[in-house]
Amino acid sequence: MRAGGGFGADTAARVLCRVLGLAVACAFAGVAPATAADSTASRVPKPTIAITTPGKCVEDREVILRDHMDLLKHQRVLTVHEGIRTKAHSLENCVACHASRETGRVTGSKDAFCESCHRYAAVRLDCFECHADRPATGVAANMPSPAGTAPR
Amino acid sequence: MNTGNGNVDHGRRQVLAWGAAMAGVALAPGVTLFELAQARPPSEPASAKVRWGMLVDVNRCATDCDACVVACDRENGLPETKTATSAQWIRKVELKDLRGGPSKTAPVMCQHCAHPPCVDVCPTGASFKRADGIVLVDRHTCIGCRYCMMACPYQARSFVHEPVTDQKPEVPRGKGCVESCTLCVHRIDRDQIPACVEACAATGHKAILFGDLNDPGSEIAQAIATLRTRALRPDLRLDPGVVYHGL
Amino acid sequence: MRTHSTPADNRRYWALVAVLVLIATVGLGAAHTMEEQGHIVTGMNNRIVWGLPHVFAIFLIVAASGVLNVASIGSVFGKAPYKMRAPLSGLLCIALLAGGLSVLMLDLGRPERVVVAATHYNFTSVFAWNVFLYSGMFAIVAVYLWTLMEKRMQVHSGRLGLAAFIWRLLLTTGTGAIFAFLVARQAYGSALLPLLFIVMSFAWGFAVFVIVQSALNALCGRTLPPELLRRMRNLLGLFVASVLYLCVVLHLTSVYFAHQVPFERFILVDGGIYPALLWWGYVGAGSVLPLLLVFHPRLGSARALLLASLLTIAGAFALLYVFIVGGQAWPLEIFPGYQASSSFADGQIASYVPRLPEWLLGIGGVAIAALIVVVGLRVLPFAPEADVPALPAAATGGD
Repeated sequence: MRAGGGFGADTAARVLCRVLGLAVACAFAGVAPATAADSTASRVPKPTIAITTPGKCVEDREVILRDHMDLLKHQRVLTVHEGIRTKAHSLENCVACHASRETGRVTGSKDAFCESCHRYAAVRLDCFECHADRPATGVAANMPSPAGTAPR
Repeated sequence: MNTGNGNVDHGRRQVLAWGAAMAGVALAPGVTLFELAQARPPSEPASAKVRWGMLVDVNRCATDCDACVVACDRENGLPETKTATSAQWIRKVELKDLRGGPSKTAPVMCQHCAHPPCVDVCPTGASFKRADGIVLVDRHTCIGCRYCMMACPYQARSFVHEPVTDQKPEVPRGKGCVESCTLCVHRIDRDQIPACVEACAATGHKAILFGDLNDPGSEIAQAIATLRTRALRPDLRLDPGVVYHGL
Repeated sequence: MRTHSTPADNRRYWALVAVLVLIATVGLGAAHTMEEQGHIVTGMNNRIVWGLPHVFAIFLIVAASGVLNVASIGSVFGKAPYKMRAPLSGLLCIALLAGGLSVLMLDLGRPERVVVAATHYNFTSVFAWNVFLYSGMFAIVAVYLWTLMEKRMQVHSGRLGLAAFIWRLLLTTGTGAIFAFLVARQAYGSALLPLLFIVMSFAWGFAVFVIVQSALNALCGRTLPPELLRRMRNLLGLFVASVLYLCVVLHLTSVYFAHQVPFERFILVDGGIYPALLWWGYVGAGSVLPLLLVFHPRLGSARALLLASLLTIAGAFALLYVFIVGGQAWPLEIFPGYQASSSFADGQIASYVPRLPEWLLGIGGVAIAALIVVVGLRVLPFAPEADVPALPAAATGGD
């Protein structure tokens, strides 16, 4: 009914996601850091990836670009069903770090961290129908550097 | 893929259980590691050695008090207005004794059954019981069929009838899924007691006791051993984790 | 039907298709509204969690398995006039099942996750069994239809007919078990329910078949042979009487065996709309009247059979509404010995008024079923050939 309705294990959608993910990764490879001046070649405006929190992400950029949904899904099964609440790959942790400094959110505007990219890749983003798209009050301020907390 | 996942998890849980068992044996006969899950690190799964439960002392429950309900709503970001379509994870039920005794009130929430009918009937397995006895809904696999609401003897579940905004980061919830009391699982996982229990204690009534039913040394287990307690709908033999005293 | 279609027939056909498509589309639109805005747009709430859509869905699913009986009487019990009607019976089964499942699926809180229901199974759930029973039903009936319509396969049609007959009994058992296993509720949780559902399916499915057959006969200017008409009247009467009998037994066991006197008083006497629907709708209009029409010695016409069938279906809806909605309206008894009240309507009769989206969704499901039948009849020779005692084997195969 809805395009790319997130949770099915149907392989077609996964393959499509992979292809799109690669496309996004390729696009970013040329856009270096944050507010790259648009290359006039593309008709679609490139997403704005504004990362305001200093420090390293929990995984390498390529891994995050391609596999963030797999990491999140793995974590969500562990958290919901077993009560494992390691921080590194939790959605709460992503939001805590990546919420916009101005709006405090990861969605809700075309420049918001999650939304900008998902708009660009035209992948439906339905996490935030249920999950808060802003950090818990006071969390963002005392966020430890997440780089060291990855399991394994 | 999903079943594969489940097998891996199951296998690991088993290994952990064996490990724990061996550790228990190594300590001394008769001494077991009940503290194992008490201060559980975030990387460790919930343990089946623990069974979380509550004891509601109806005699201590003040008839004009709804601190537990308010605290639950606040903790979990639930609407304050109570209608036929709004989520009510915990409710105060007023009880008029038909044989002429004094009127009482009692909080009713998910009873976290050992044999939960909601889990039995859920077609996708979204309703499940965690290793430590907490009955939860995995909202990622809940399709909103409401069969669990038909099956629950306690009317403990709510269906989210409207789009939700401003959720609490630790309590994701949204339209189209069924939900119920989580026993404040997000608090339990960081070694805190449920919000309703805390609020009840703060009023001084201390009508709800929370703890590990499996630990004979716990306050709740000792209270149950001495007080006359009963489950709601004992005829169904669901072995609820919530028991009542004074009914 | 398609062998002698005139331009006027064509126009009528496409007009019918257009109307059905329109109704089905409106139903889908209603489902979309329910999905976008949530179930708040319906009359359902946390007490009445299954409402009018489920009345429609369960009627269609129960009737789907029952309508196959016509084929079973032909293939399993070897009655020639019924065997001729087996393809139509199979088509109706698939159509009603598709319509009912559409309603059930579109009423879900998260209908877009229906793929989850197909990939995650909890085998202790009757619902999950039913997913298998429904998909198996489609498959078996499809193969059965093939054996009926393809000459080279006709040797197997008896075996497939038997398989379909057994499967449909399982399917209706499964539908009844959805309620039979709800031990916590006074209205459900009875071992009689699967049996009641099977008998209900006989009556309702047969009534649907009679209606479709009457419409076809009217369109083609045919009449039923008197002998067959007499048999069909008797059969419908037997089925309707059996449902009524089992309903009486169900309520008696509820009173005497399970001691649900307050609940039975509510449903049978002072529950407002529920006793009214039960007595006037189901017992009066849906059972006694059809029985009179069918068994009265001076009312032997095909029209009386058609009217009896229509009334049977109206009664079915009344009975299902009382069973599903009335059963939930009665409060759960959590605190025996106390009069309970709360913000969650503990101890009170729950109120429910179906709203427009629910009606549209339910009717849309019926339209989907009708559309499948109408298109099916057009593209393949499902319709029974003339009953004029000529040679029934004359014209089936062909293309």
